[in-house]
Amino acid sequence: MLTPRIIQIIESARPAGWILEPMAKEILAAQKLTVPKSVLTDSVDSAAQFLAACDGPVVLKAVSPLILHKTEHQAVVTHVKDPETLASHMTRLLSLNGCDQVLVEEMVSGIEVLVGAKNDLQFGPVVVLGLGGTSVEIYNDTAIRLAPVTPADVTSMVKSLGARPIFEGYRGRPGVNMDALTRMIVDFSHLIMDLEPWFESIDLNPVICDPDRCVAADARILLLPETNYPS
Amino acid sequence: MDLTCLFRPASMAVIGVSTTQDNHPANVIYNKNHLRYPVKTFAVNPKGGQLNRERVYTTVAEIESPVDLAVIAVRARFVPDVVAQCIEKGIKGAVIISGGFSETGSSDLQQQVTDLAAQADFPFVGPNCLGIYSPEAVDTFFLPGERIIHPKKGNIGFVSQSGGVLVDQMVKFAGQGIGVSGAVSIGNKACIRETHLIDWFEQDMGTRVIAFYIEGFECREGREFIKRAQACTKPIVVLKAGKTARGIAAASSHTASVAGDYRVFSDIMAQHCVAEADTEYELTSFCEALSCYPKGSSGHIGIVSVSGGHGVLAADACGHHGLAIPEITEETAANILSRLSPEIQSIASLKNPLDLTGSCVDADILNAVRHLSRDPHIDCILALLLPYSPGISADIGAKLSQVASNEGKPLIAYVPNEDKYKIIIEGFELNKIPVASSVEGAVLMAKALKRCRPC
Repeated sequence: MLTPRIIQIIESARPAGWILEPMAKEILAAQKLTVPKSVLTDSVDSAAQFLAACDGPVVLKAVSPLILHKTEHQAVVTHVKDPETLASHMTRLLSLNGCDQVLVEEMVSGIEVLVGAKNDLQFGPVVVLGLGGTSVEIYNDTAIRLAPVTPADVTSMVKSLGARPIFEGYRGRPGVNMDALTRMIVDFSHLIMDLEPWFESIDLNPVICDPDRCVAADARILLLPETNYPS
Repeated sequence: MDLTCLFRPASMAVIGVSTTQDNHPANVIYNKNHLRYPVKTFAVNPKGGQLNRERVYTTVAEIESPVDLAVIAVRARFVPDVVAQCIEKGIKGAVIISGGFSETGSSDLQQQVTDLAAQADFPFVGPNCLGIYSPEAVDTFFLPGERIIHPKKGNIGFVSQSGGVLVDQMVKFAGQGIGVSGAVSIGNKACIRETHLIDWFEQDMGTRVIAFYIEGFECREGREFIKRAQACTKPIVVLKAGKTARGIAAASSHTASVAGDYRVFSDIMAQHCVAEADTEYELTSFCEALSCYPKGSSGHIGIVSVSGGHGVLAADACGHHGLAIPEITEETAANILSRLSPEIQSIASLKNPLDLTGSCVDADILNAVRHLSRDPHIDCILALLLPYSPGISADIGAKLSQVASNEGKPLIAYVPNEDKYKIIIEGFELNKIPVASSVEGAVLMAKALKRCRPC
């Protein structure tokens, strides 16, 4: 069920047509999906405190309603390890168009997976799974299922992918934690059923999976044009 | 919604017959049914008069006796009035042949008819359709009887959004000896849609497989279709047209750009065990196979042939269609070998695909199929029979069917479709063992069994 807070996030995102990453992740977290530890701030000091508290490097992301595709605007900085680099990038990101705050997140690494959703005209919400990154459109190696899905559906999705060995681990490399991935996709599929009246498509790309957990490192929720909203 | 009035009407009014133009669609329908099907048929035209020395009623209200079905073939603009008259008369349902509705932009007119019918709980097929062919009951196709090829009465319920595809598919069914329990052209599907027909054919005792030709679903209709398909106990086969990408121009999301309309359709059908046929040819093979084996198999195929070449061709086709040719167990091979005719023991190849050679006799084939059926790695058997071999008798079809029935695993046969081999083919078909007329066709039948299992 959607909380009043989630409805409020959606309502406030209507004019822009999409939900900013921190709010999108708030929605995911409310549905028990794992998101990176983070702080949303415009202060270099609090960002530095977060970095100090993290075990490893952090990622900085500009949060701006005018920037939908962050990589195209150099609005993401990864592998930030020291306070000096952090400060200089914070300043630069805050100067980007429409950027009032920066999302500072723990940096997670592992296999990059795409977990997506489309609000299909004929079938309603469907879940999509594939390898993550921008190459997903080139290989088109994806599995699609009608939401909500069962754990058995998730198993069959992975089995149907050409990239299946990567999920399962090959040549000594670890695969993804299938229990964590299954739980995430099942929970996500229920979330998109709840979001059916509002969303057009959702990309969790990448979801970063290691042998322990699956973390939604990025989240983009595109909304239907307002004319299609329920009254 | 009770559709008995459409599939098994006791009486029918054909509205819009012409007293001057004998090849008018309504006249073709009237002539086809009147005194030819067990349905009392009345001709209706506001001008009245006579047609072939039978009375033409000016309205349905003039018909004294009750009428189950109205076939409406008048100009689109008159259809709402005619439907209202049918409802007034107490007619139970209609087939609206007339075109000129949403397909030509007249959506309002169509909506008017739909609303009128919905208020009166009056089911209708169409508009802009051929309607219903229900063997030995009624035929509303406006195609002259001497031109159309009708499949025999059988157990396939076929539903098509296109009348042309429907008629063409009936020719293909007839050519393969497949019969239909009902064939429906739903046209603009303003009232009766695919989902209603799943329900109808599900409860129809004569139907074993429900097949669809689908161009597209309307808003959320695909989800409803899946819901009904999941509740249905009979295998469902679909052939989808319009597979090329469309509606994915807005590529601001990765997901939207990879999940095009057809990919979504195809993956969801597989997810819910609806067997999607890739071509019309596959549709025919799928229907035949699933009418014999509604439960499907997981696609581990054992192949028995009397010619090495055919075995390899079949194995290649299996690979192409995603079917596995597992190794058989040593025990299976030993059991088969010990019972083979002495003449072929040293020349037969007992690796899957099995080649019993042209010197084998009936008993060798029966033995091989019996033990392949007992192999835990195999869940479907293809028997490629070349009746030119001198050791194969005319009884092989019936005998092999008996083995398959005793062993309980799906058996699919390939026998060349020639008149002189009919006795073999009938030996199989009378015992509900599907027979393909090509190696590829046999493999497609095995594919059907895999497609109606969870992916």
